[in-house]
Amino acid sequence: MATKTVEFTVGQGREMGPGGVGTPSPLAPFDVPEPDIGTERMLINIGPQHPATHGVLRLVCELDGETVTEVVPHIGYLHSSFEKLGEYRTWNQIVPLTDRMDYLAPLIYNCAYVMSVEKLMGIEVTERCKVVRVIIMELDRIFGHLLWLGTTAIDVGAFTPFLYSFQQREKIYGLHETLTGARITTSATRVGGMMADLPEGWLDQLLDFLDNFPKTLDEVDSLLTGNQIHIGRTQGIGAITADEAINYGFTGPNLRAAGVPYDVRKDRPYYDYESYDFDVPVGEHGDCYDRYLCRMEEMRQSVRIIRQAMRRLPGGPINVQDPGISLPSKTDAMSDMESMIHHFKLITEGIPAPEGDCYMAIEASKGELGMYVVAEEGSTKPVRWRVRPPSFVNLSVIPKLAEGHLVSDLIMINASLDIVLGEIDR
Amino acid sequence: MADETKSALDAVDEGPVASGAESADAGGSTGSPDDHASVAALVRKYPDEVLRYRLNAGDQYVVWLRPDRSHEILAWLRDDADHRYDMMSDVTAVDYGSGRPVEVVYQMYSTPHGRQLRIRCPLPLDAMEIDSVYDLWKSVNWLEREVYDLFGVTFRGHPDLRRILMPDDYAEGHPLRKDFPLRGRFSRAEQTRRALNQDVERFYLADDLTYGEPQEVGGAEVGHQGGEG
Repeated sequence: MATKTVEFTVGQGREMGPGGVGTPSPLAPFDVPEPDIGTERMLINIGPQHPATHGVLRLVCELDGETVTEVVPHIGYLHSSFEKLGEYRTWNQIVPLTDRMDYLAPLIYNCAYVMSVEKLMGIEVTERCKVVRVIIMELDRIFGHLLWLGTTAIDVGAFTPFLYSFQQREKIYGLHETLTGARITTSATRVGGMMADLPEGWLDQLLDFLDNFPKTLDEVDSLLTGNQIHIGRTQGIGAITADEAINYGFTGPNLRAAGVPYDVRKDRPYYDYESYDFDVPVGEHGDCYDRYLCRMEEMRQSVRIIRQAMRRLPGGPINVQDPGISLPSKTDAMSDMESMIHHFKLITEGIPAPEGDCYMAIEASKGELGMYVVAEEGSTKPVRWRVRPPSFVNLSVIPKLAEGHLVSDLIMINASLDIVLGEIDR
Repeated sequence: MADETKSALDAVDEGPVASGAESADAGGSTGSPDDHASVAALVRKYPDEVLRYRLNAGDQYVVWLRPDRSHEILAWLRDDADHRYDMMSDVTAVDYGSGRPVEVVYQMYSTPHGRQLRIRCPLPLDAMEIDSVYDLWKSVNWLEREVYDLFGVTFRGHPDLRRILMPDDYAEGHPLRKDFPLRGRFSRAEQTRRALNQDVERFYLADDLTYGEPQEVGGAEVGHQGGEG
């Protein structure tokens, strides 16, 4: 449907030679003008329903032969106006909206949102809560990267890594389910703490995952890193320089692959990330292959961080011990008058915020995730809740990255950016 | 908030209730500009352009600028050796409702200095225009389009100012404005009629490749009271 009619005329008495080049026929007069082939560009449409666009993304491409001359991405097919919905909800009621944005790493979004609200309200969460949040955020970084790994490998024709990585993702789904009761829509955090403390046996389940996961990762590594087909499809494809990457707003592994060592966990640390011992992998060429290497290494570093966090996990309460912020236990709410009043006020009114705004940036699996909340004095709902979506900005660079590459490379570039459309469209 | 007495459905039809505060700058801590080199420099260099500044959320400085020379000041913040805000993380807007100005918000970060700064430019509702900073940071390309789409702020000089999240022919206005009801400006019947009458073929034309002028958005001024279309 999306093709444009290509009109061309072939000169009389000419035949097509090898490679489509017109060669003069021996019988033809020599003054016949060269046929004008290739001046018309072809327009093709990829998506919105296409497995290689990793969501409902539509790319309209203009092609010269098989070379992409222009790409225009069209987004908005999943737009659900989460930010508008948030203006009708109290602070805690917004949490379920956040994990529906990046359903590939929902816990990071849950955490980022409440961190921003807590910072605005000046709430300091407990030490245990901080460490638990670090654990679940790093776990979901692996979760998000594994999906990227599997689907990207499929895009270049490798099927096995997909099966391996989805097996491991299933383990994390299990961890999500034990922790929150849901596999994807976790909604695990609350302002001032968590929905619940870690369930019994969860840490053992996590340890079991951490013991087995690096082995699988090494197997996938050996399948892809030195694979000539994979290298041929990714090296030198979609490259960007460091300065351009910053200017175009790249963040996360995409930016680090271009050689910029910017990681929010290191540069603007939160939750004592400066005290964890981990490395930030930095690439050199900014192409698809370096992005692949960066993400592979980040998964290993996340395992390191989780192990350190598990060692330092302190006891004590997980929620802030302030009846104006955290809900009382069910027993207290049913038996103690004061707790019941607090419970009632929290549920019906919510938590009042001071006047002001707060932009909290954290390192999500896709890049810098910013949660910007604006409140007026005493408001229990945000005046404005804004998500700075990392893949939204990352995807906007695709017209620049894909120009001059083949259509098949466009698919690879799109995959290597690691986008999630739920968060782009919001 | 004064909406407890209303039923939930009323709020859905009428749009969020604007809070009772008189203006956006009531209360809060002003902070000392000397704690943040860029805030101090802005106050020194552009005393007439800086409307006010504030310290929010413990350690985040916000500077309110007049929108007229915002491009010049932002360019200076990017290029001056003492500041070098090379990363424009986010561009968004805040509508407080009740006829108060819509504020365009820039979140900037300087990788050489490791410094964060937030700039807010209030735009009165009858002059929703500001200079685009696309020539300084390419990252704002889609971010400015989104603000245009959802708030109706026109960015002068943006090369491709079209709607981005809402459909190109969306006629109900700008969804994130406070006067926009949650269900949309048109009635359900009208919305359904428009959806059914859509010309699907229209979306698969060569026009998709044309980088156009800012489009006139029909119906942007319709019914500020909301409700039926």
